Amino acid sequence: MRSKVESALPYGLLAPTLLVVVLLIVVPIFQAFLLAFQGSDGGFTLAQFQKMVHDTAFLDALKFTFLLLIFIVPLQIILALAMALLIHKRFRGHSIFLYIYAIPLAISDLAAGIAWLSIFTERGYLNSILHSLGIIDKPFLFLSYQNLPAVFGTIVIAESWRATAIVMVILLAGLEVIPRDYFEAADVFGATALKRTLFVVLPLLRPSLQNALIIRTIFAFQTFSVVLALAGRVIPVLTGEAYYWYAANRNPNVAAAYAVLVMVFTIFITIMYFRLLKTTDAEAGYD
Amino acid sequence: MESSLAISRGAKRAPIAWRHVRDQVGLYGAAILLALWTLAPIYLIALSAFSTKAGVSAWPKSLLPTNFSTDTMQFFINSKGVLQSVGNSVVVALLTIAASLLLGAPGGYALARFRFKGKQTIQLSFLISKMFPTAILSVPLAVTFLQLGLYDTVWGVALIHTAMALPFVILLTAGIFVGVPRDLEEAAQTLGCTRMQAFVRVVLPLALPALAAAAIFTFVISWNEVFAATIITLQHRTLPAQVLSSLNDSPLYYRFAGGFFMIVPALIFIFLIRKYLLNMWGSVVR
Amino acid sequence: MAGIKFDSVRRVFGKTVASNDVSLEIKDGEFMVLLGPSGCGKTTLLRCLAGLERVDGGRIYIGDRDVTDLAPRDRKLAMVFQSYAVFPHLTVFDNIAFGLKMQGRPKDEIKRRVQEGAELLQLQDYLARYPAQLSGGQRQRVAVARGIVMQAQVLLMDEPLSNLDALLRLQMRAELKRLHAEIKATTIYVTHDQVEALSLGDRIAVMKSGRIVQCDVPMNIYDDPASVFVGGFIGTPPMNFLKGVVSAEGAPQVVVGESRIAPTPAQTPALAARRGQPILLGIRPENLAFASSAQRNTLRGHVVVVEPLGSHKLLTMQVSGETIKVSVPPDQSVASGNDVWLHFDADKIRWMDAGSGDTIH
Ligand SMILES: Nc1ncnc2c1ncn2[C@@H]1O[C@H](COP(=O)(O)OP(=O)(O)OP(=O)(O)O)[C@@H](O)[C@H]1O
Ligand SMILES: [Mg+2]
Repeated sequence: MRSKVESALPYGLLAPTLLVVVLLIVVPIFQAFLLAFQGSDGGFTLAQFQKMVHDTAFLDALKFTFLLLIFIVPLQIILALAMALLIHKRFRGHSIFLYIYAIPLAISDLAAGIAWLSIFTERGYLNSILHSLGIIDKPFLFLSYQNLPAVFGTIVIAESWRATAIVMVILLAGLEVIPRDYFEAADVFGATALKRTLFVVLPLLRPSLQNALIIRTIFAFQTFSVVLALAGRVIPVLTGEAYYWYAANRNPNVAAAYAVLVMVFTIFITIMYFRLLKTTDAEAGYD
Repeated sequence: MESSLAISRGAKRAPIAWRHVRDQVGLYGAAILLALWTLAPIYLIALSAFSTKAGVSAWPKSLLPTNFSTDTMQFFINSKGVLQSVGNSVVVALLTIAASLLLGAPGGYALARFRFKGKQTIQLSFLISKMFPTAILSVPLAVTFLQLGLYDTVWGVALIHTAMALPFVILLTAGIFVGVPRDLEEAAQTLGCTRMQAFVRVVLPLALPALAAAAIFTFVISWNEVFAATIITLQHRTLPAQVLSSLNDSPLYYRFAGGFFMIVPALIFIFLIRKYLLNMWGSVVR
Repeated sequence: MAGIKFDSVRRVFGKTVASNDVSLEIKDGEFMVLLGPSGCGKTTLLRCLAGLERVDGGRIYIGDRDVTDLAPRDRKLAMVFQSYAVFPHLTVFDNIAFGLKMQGRPKDEIKRRVQEGAELLQLQDYLARYPAQLSGGQRQRVAVARGIVMQAQVLLMDEPLSNLDALLRLQMRAELKRLHAEIKATTIYVTHDQVEALSLGDRIAVMKSGRIVQCDVPMNIYDDPASVFVGGFIGTPPMNFLKGVVSAEGAPQVVVGESRIAPTPAQTPALAARRGQPILLGIRPENLAFASSAQRNTLRGHVVVVEPLGSHKLLTMQVSGETIKVSVPPDQSVASGNDVWLHFDADKIRWMDAGSGDTIH
């Protein structure tokens, strides 16, 4: 009797969570597909997708989503790597710096966007600095549709600033599990700091780097409120369009079509992720 | 650095000391530069949020708090819907913490303590749903919520946030419970505890600090979530939803004050759980 | 009355049979030691008795209660864990009092019994401390005290001394023996340290691969091992085994290399039944002595290594192509390279079946 209860216990403990996951994630996924593919008569239709694709903002949204990803992810990783390697040196006071670098972890993309807005806006701090240095005499419009590359740049900077902290923490956690002997061995054999980083640290850190790369790629598809805060709809992105179609155009069907698109991209990358994970797990004995 | 000193001990002293100084300067220089990069936007948004309304549109601006004032913040806090939205945000976050810990912690415990069929699959599905763009599911959910009467309620938002947070909470708590040695629990059982009593008297006290950190992690997820909260609500906005939905028709100083207001908890929470940063955030966000 | 009875207890982990139909009876107040190599199923048996592991077959009784399906708390036993399992968030006092509090005892009784337990294990000065502020040995004693104050009729200890240094171990061993004499709980004590087993146990159950291969009083386990496995596991160094053949005709004798060994009259009939068959001769190192010349029951040996160990000299020798250990008095003059005669009494010999390894009686 008791053993039966015992063996059912884990399932019982997991049941509520699984129920929530099914009700609030799995079911809505199907609903999203229904909304996106179902016509008003209840039959299958591609009308929503046609509407989505023919919208003027669609191609731009697709383009900018991928462009942002291509610029933001590497920048984040380089910055984060620098921070993680520095902290890993455990110099005096490193914990204060760790705290500082980690602060953006808990800052929303909306707040991050607004913070950078105070810098890039017409009468913002960047223009003020440039002015006091004598480089410009009237404000440069970083956020105007006339300067699209500049707008794009501000978004890249703001989003990199925010998400670098996440990557930094992933990489640092990865560094911590590498036995310090390896680094010390490199030192003993007379490796320079640069060589040590290139030939010892980075290869050992590869699993974490891959992890960070893919996770950030997945979340880059959801970039949304940073863009909204800085550029409004000057730079459209996929998630932002879903928001517009739902909130402004009151059209949940096209919004769902965007949602399905983002989901498909995510699933694709997730599959790649687990493929990679399988190989790296075998390689990295310590992970 | 120490080892390089050790190796060349006995060699000429002065050049070594020089190298040491140079290394230190480089190290701290880089660290400070990166710290400035991280802190500058926070400082500047604070500066904007604590200046006069006129100061926000002044040109050119000073980088020092020359026109410090609480006008802007006061204006923001007294703006229509803001206080209410802050209240909503807090309520939603607390509901999310309660729901995701009450639902998720038992699951995490099960993953930590039992071997059972399908465990791998379940673990994998949490890993996947952790990466899934859950917020985007608020589009179809909004339609359902309308029918269920959950649309535009804190309950509805909390529900979505719970779904978003649960995979994290499960994996976090599983890690936490793995960290509490199982034989402590068994010892309690041989000393007269039921399973439940052993959990409450031994496991819970030991896991509490880490669970608190997990709760804060959950709070941050909920407090920061914008997309779902904006889609699901109309009148009963959370703070980010309130700020986002009024981005286009609000003055800059309102936005700056709002941005700063959202950042403050971040500073506090990261400080509170700084001990758990690496093994919590570092292992779970990936 | 709290005897313990395992009745064909079975526990399987995947392909590993950790407990293979174990049957064992332990008398009330007895100190039973479970001894065996790592992974033989000692802990599993204990955990089955404590209710921390479910059994896949068989029944377990404490006294005349069938406890097989009871929760751990209802089995009324106390257990000392190998890893101490001292609660880090409670003081020493609260750790020791934990079980009593769970029973809802009155405050003054708890206090009195904790004091008594602490005194018994010399922990009075540490009652207010947290486990992190204690040494390993002190934590160990807290774990023992926590079990003992329960005054349970059954006390289980899983390698309680394994994490201590040699000296502390020696002290604690004596303490445990004194303690058992005092409280007389039916005790099962798991160890893979045979010295502990021999010194503490009223009886020893030797386990191998999930089975009990011999259960007897310590001296019998040592003198009369039931098999090559037991003889080879117990004793430092363990029993020596030499291959021989029972002579085909005449009075039964065993041919080992060039020597002929005559059994005692008691052993003769068993050997007579195995004429012409191979057999194993088992002899303990301390039962071999130097002899000046070839006599009845001598073996020719070649000394390979001499290790002076203070109380005796340990020799590694070659006898009829096999390596054996011999223990001689410290003043015995011997050097490596010597060829010597080794003598022994026939009644110290144990004969084992060359195939199964079981002792022949
Ligand atoms: N929970 C488990 N899951 C799978 N196999 C287990 C489990 N517990 C024990 N085993 C296996 O059962 C066998 C017996 O284990 P047990 O812990 O009882 O050995 P032991 O005699 O106590 O060893 P030691 O002296 O090393 O403590 C071992 O082969 C072990 O690998
Ligand atoms: Mg064991």
